[in-house]
Amino acid sequence: MTPSEPHLLAGEGISKYYGNVVALRDISLHVDAGEVTCILGDNGAGKSSLIQILSGVHQQDGGRLLVDGDEVSFTSPRHARSHGIATVYQDLAMVPLMSIWRNFFLGAEPMKELGPLRWFDAKLARETVRTELRAMGIDIRDPDQPVGTLSGGERQSLAIARAVYFGARVLILDEPTSALGVKQAGVVLKYILQARDRGVAVIFITHNPHHAYPVGDRFVILNRGQSLGAYGKHEIDRQELVRLMAGGRELAELEHELEEVRAEVEG
Amino acid sequence: MAQTAASSGRDDERLVRVGALTRLLTRPDIGALLGAIAVFLAFGYFARSVNWIGDPAIAAGWTDQAAQYGIVAVPVALLMIGGEFDLSAGVMIGSSGLLLGYLATHAHMNIWPAMALVLLFGLAVGLVNGLTVTRTRLPSFIVTLATFFILQGVNAAGTLRLTGTTAIDDIDSAHGFSSARRLFASDLTQWSFKVKVLWWIGLTIVGAWLLAKTRFGNWIYSAGGDPDAARNVGVPVARTKILLFMMTSGVAALMGIIEALELRSMQSKEGIGLEFIFIICAVVGGCLLTGGYGSVIGTGLGAAMLGMVQLGIIDAQWDSNWTYTFQGAILFLAVILNMVVRRRAQSVRR
Repeated sequence: MTPSEPHLLAGEGISKYYGNVVALRDISLHVDAGEVTCILGDNGAGKSSLIQILSGVHQQDGGRLLVDGDEVSFTSPRHARSHGIATVYQDLAMVPLMSIWRNFFLGAEPMKELGPLRWFDAKLARETVRTELRAMGIDIRDPDQPVGTLSGGERQSLAIARAVYFGARVLILDEPTSALGVKQAGVVLKYILQARDRGVAVIFITHNPHHAYPVGDRFVILNRGQSLGAYGKHEIDRQELVRLMAGGRELAELEHELEEVRAEVEG
Repeated sequence: MAQTAASSGRDDERLVRVGALTRLLTRPDIGALLGAIAVFLAFGYFARSVNWIGDPAIAAGWTDQAAQYGIVAVPVALLMIGGEFDLSAGVMIGSSGLLLGYLATHAHMNIWPAMALVLLFGLAVGLVNGLTVTRTRLPSFIVTLATFFILQGVNAAGTLRLTGTTAIDDIDSAHGFSSARRLFASDLTQWSFKVKVLWWIGLTIVGAWLLAKTRFGNWIYSAGGDPDAARNVGVPVARTKILLFMMTSGVAALMGIIEALELRSMQSKEGIGLEFIFIICAVVGGCLLTGGYGSVIGTGLGAAMLGMVQLGIIDAQWDSNWTYTFQGAILFLAVILNMVVRRRAQSVRR
């Protein structure tokens, strides 16, 4: 928080309107290298709008985005990527029928040349994939197997490894665990920590406080487009996080109502 | 068994072994190889009276037919892997041969510059197909069906108007004809293997290399496999598809040139119907109708298989009408096999 060391990525007072609908109002967050910032919120809380602004898909209507302390205005996802901000979407940008190594380098194939001939250095690609994935602790059986044969968690992990390899400084993960079973989600959480340990700043979007709490260093809770607060790991415990996520007072009211229903049924 | 290997050796030794077996079973061209061998041996029996297996002149016959199919099947397979069809690939052979005939006999051009113009014409038709498909996002099946019918009419009406008949003859009257024929349409040896066969094998090798070993090859797979995902990571999907359409029409034009040089005349109906044969070759080669998967080598084996069927039925002295039935049966078996392979490739391995 010292002024001499600006945050790697920061948003200050971000707002977004769609017509007269307020999607986001005055949201502030930041993330630094080697840290995980979790953005928590239920459906409709504004998580998607926030990702779209951070990753350059849309632009905010109010507030500022800062990279290394300098104000930026992203015009496209490509522009955001050029600042080292990579987004791993739920749909992953992977081609199921293609092998792991072909997918890993798709669009950025390493080339080899001899005179006028240029070709895809498949050997280098296979070796790189193997070593990169091993460095992330990902155990793949065979880089030649189609991505379609990987489980959902393995695919997410592969996408994370790819973003890290191609120089992502900030990794934005859009609900990477939401479609997964308990065990697979655990695998992905492990790779989020791996990426963090390699010095990547991670923004982890989720609606599940039980996934966020073990890996997060900082938590921003969204509700109906507004921030319910930003907390450091030591400022909040898991129970409080769950309570805030569920809408606090609303949950208490719901519990009260359920009590009444139960009383009626039993009475 | 796998367990003991894992505990005794390095961690991924077990994995490599499982991978090798599964990889063999998921190779897109394995079915084509087994099929080609089976067809070869079958006619070895049914056409034993003409020494089907041992006589090089017999082999020269079916390889000629296979080259006829296999040359254009190479880009058609790449295009299918890229997720598109070209139904105009057959009629383009006729259009190109007729154009060459016109330039050689009526415009009195030397055959070499005429051939260059024909190739440019081929690339231009491919460009139109490709631009139309990528801009309108209409299915290529429909777009190239339209091209097919447009060219079919032009071929017939144009030829009739020009010569008063259904063919352009005397193409060998053009300057440079004999040198061009030597390169594209001559016989190689005493058994009269066609030089066309070398073009077929050469193009198959180039196509296979392009697909497996180049950046463009990676883009072809992704353009057919999941164009949205490919676009997300920066693959120029539209450009890739347009280039594939241009390659297809360009190679069809080359085939038209070869035929015109070989036959010295060109029928206005030439090439029509071959578009489906090319697709059968590609499907036998493991190309999925939905794109993203397939093999150029397998497509070459598919062309060999169809060439053998065509000639084998004659050599076995069966009614040649059965050829269609065989082609249909081969297509059906290939599609079933591909479906199994695809399921295997897409299911999660545990």
